[in-house]
Amino acid sequence: MSIQQLVNGLFVGSMYAVFALGYTLVFGVLDILNLAHAAVFMAASFVALTLVEALGLSILAALPIAMVAAGLLGLVLERIAFRPLRARADSNIAGLISSLAMATILGAIAHELWGPNVTRFPFDTLPNATERLGGIVSRMQLTVIAVALVLVLALTWLVQRTRLGRELRAVAESPRAAQVVGVNVDRAIAASFFISSALGGAAGILYGLAYDVHVEMGRSVELKGLAVIIVGGMGSMPGAVIAGIALGVIETLVVAQLGGSFRDVVSFAGLFLILVLRPHGLLGAAATREA
Amino acid sequence: MRRSRFALSLAAGLALAAAALPARAADPKVLKIGACLSLTGPAAVYGAQQKAGLLAAVEELNRQQYVPGVKLEVVIEDDASTKEQGIAVYQRLIAREKVAAIIGPTLSNTATAANPLAQAAKVPVVAISNTAPRGITDIGDFIWRVSLTEGQVIPGALKRAQAKLGFKSAGLLYGNDDAFTKAGYDVMRSALDGMGVKIAGTQTFAKPDRDFNAQLTALLAQKPDILVVSALVENAAGIVAQARQLGWKGPILGGNGFNSAALVKNAGPAAEGVLVGTSWNRVSAEPANQAFLKLMAGRGHEPDQFCAQAYTGVLAIAHAAKLAGGKTGREDVKGAFSKVTDLETPLGKFSFLESRDGSHEPALQQVRNGKFEIAQ
Repeated sequence: MSIQQLVNGLFVGSMYAVFALGYTLVFGVLDILNLAHAAVFMAASFVALTLVEALGLSILAALPIAMVAAGLLGLVLERIAFRPLRARADSNIAGLISSLAMATILGAIAHELWGPNVTRFPFDTLPNATERLGGIVSRMQLTVIAVALVLVLALTWLVQRTRLGRELRAVAESPRAAQVVGVNVDRAIAASFFISSALGGAAGILYGLAYDVHVEMGRSVELKGLAVIIVGGMGSMPGAVIAGIALGVIETLVVAQLGGSFRDVVSFAGLFLILVLRPHGLLGAAATREA
Repeated sequence: MRRSRFALSLAAGLALAAAALPARAADPKVLKIGACLSLTGPAAVYGAQQKAGLLAAVEELNRQQYVPGVKLEVVIEDDASTKEQGIAVYQRLIAREKVAAIIGPTLSNTATAANPLAQAAKVPVVAISNTAPRGITDIGDFIWRVSLTEGQVIPGALKRAQAKLGFKSAGLLYGNDDAFTKAGYDVMRSALDGMGVKIAGTQTFAKPDRDFNAQLTALLAQKPDILVVSALVENAAGIVAQARQLGWKGPILGGNGFNSAALVKNAGPAAEGVLVGTSWNRVSAEPANQAFLKLMAGRGHEPDQFCAQAYTGVLAIAHAAKLAGGKTGREDVKGAFSKVTDLETPLGKFSFLESRDGSHEPALQQVRNGKFEIAQ
């Protein structure tokens, strides 16, 4: 295996990891799958593209602004699709359905605003140069990997070292107990949606920079994201990162060694094997959950 | 009063004479051609070019009295880029307009639905833009075409590219989950084998894929002289852009999926130098092509491949009527098609093959400064 193919794998995997990280955060805290996560991924990419193209912003400015926009979209999602259902006994399934509805609505809005065509970030958004690192590696790939790494580290710090992180972990453990000890549960849940969607948005922007931007782009990652969080251990953030990167590297190696036709067969067989050997995923725990 | 009565009778006399005229003036026979074009709907951009080519051809050939004693007439109807309206247009052209031959429809999809009507009614059809290899001329012996299939364009483009670049090995990349891209790959593969080009490596991808780095890295590691790619346009731009990002400076030749302005738009500077086959060599110095360019310039129209093919379609029908000794019946025209060989057309020397498909030399285009240009 060449270093170049390893970088190709890390590059794809780092985007899967950032996407799955946001996905699994909401699951860890709320036990809810937010199926609109891929729609936020797409919408943020369009927002960043508009900022770069229409307003001429540098991607360095557009990335954080679009991430905040994605976070705000997450707040809207939580308010409309999840909070009204929270008291219901079947809130998990109901939330699944209402988030699916939100995904459809977001897709329709994006279609209306940005049209059905495949578009791209301007060609000078990221440096076009290549580096020689035991093979040819584009700076764009290195940039995407670096941004993903920064986001993972920032989230780890936020969850482990800040007051908000402690509150999130408390709500994940037991919302009622958290409330008893004085945690504002509604606020903590809203915060987890904000962070989750900002990460999903960041993944969408990186994906858009790497490939292209269009209304259906979320389809490419939503199932893989789901596979990654299941294999990583539902709700486990380190698990999502490891599984995401592993999926990217496995996919790349399979293509390089066996050809494109075998990619999904081998990758998903590998994921299946992990689940057989470790039913709770790589880092998932049976009884306790960490967020 | 008297004068006005005189005027009245004069007018009546003239009217009578005029009414009697058509019966006498019927001597120039009429060859009536019906055209089913997509003038509205998604394919309207092609239909407009085809209409311009048809009208130019009919006027020019009449001016030249190309078929002695026969006047060409064309009835153009809009199929709205749909099968349903295409069928309605065919019914009208066959039953009401009683045309001697039909040109069109613009889309292969419409052709597969409408052409069986013409076959059943024994009305000859000349397709001018259908490129699907199957399902057009194999409908029956009345269905012919001047447009080349992909199986004809790709080998020609590869040969020209090799004459220009002299490559000895090729890396192949194709979408293996789509009938068109797979068929394109098969044609590429056999053409390269026939030319004695070594296949350095072959890689595949699927339509939803956006990342081709793994495939491209593996292919480029084999150090081929050229990358040959069969992909739909939505994948083509990504493949070209990522190949350039991985430092590939060699040539890239694409199938028909690359033949789109969207490639240049979405791959941007990376698309520079990309090679694609095409049916019409715009800059050919052949007299027939130069005359066509001059004719269209005189009409204030910038022709494209579809315009040149439409012109050739009318020319082929007129030539068949000429070979039939000026007879304009449906069977006469159809019977003479097989005798059309080495006809000088804007597309080059044109012949109908035994399969009723057209045959002429395809050309090679290259993206230069964000536009497709003929590669000499």
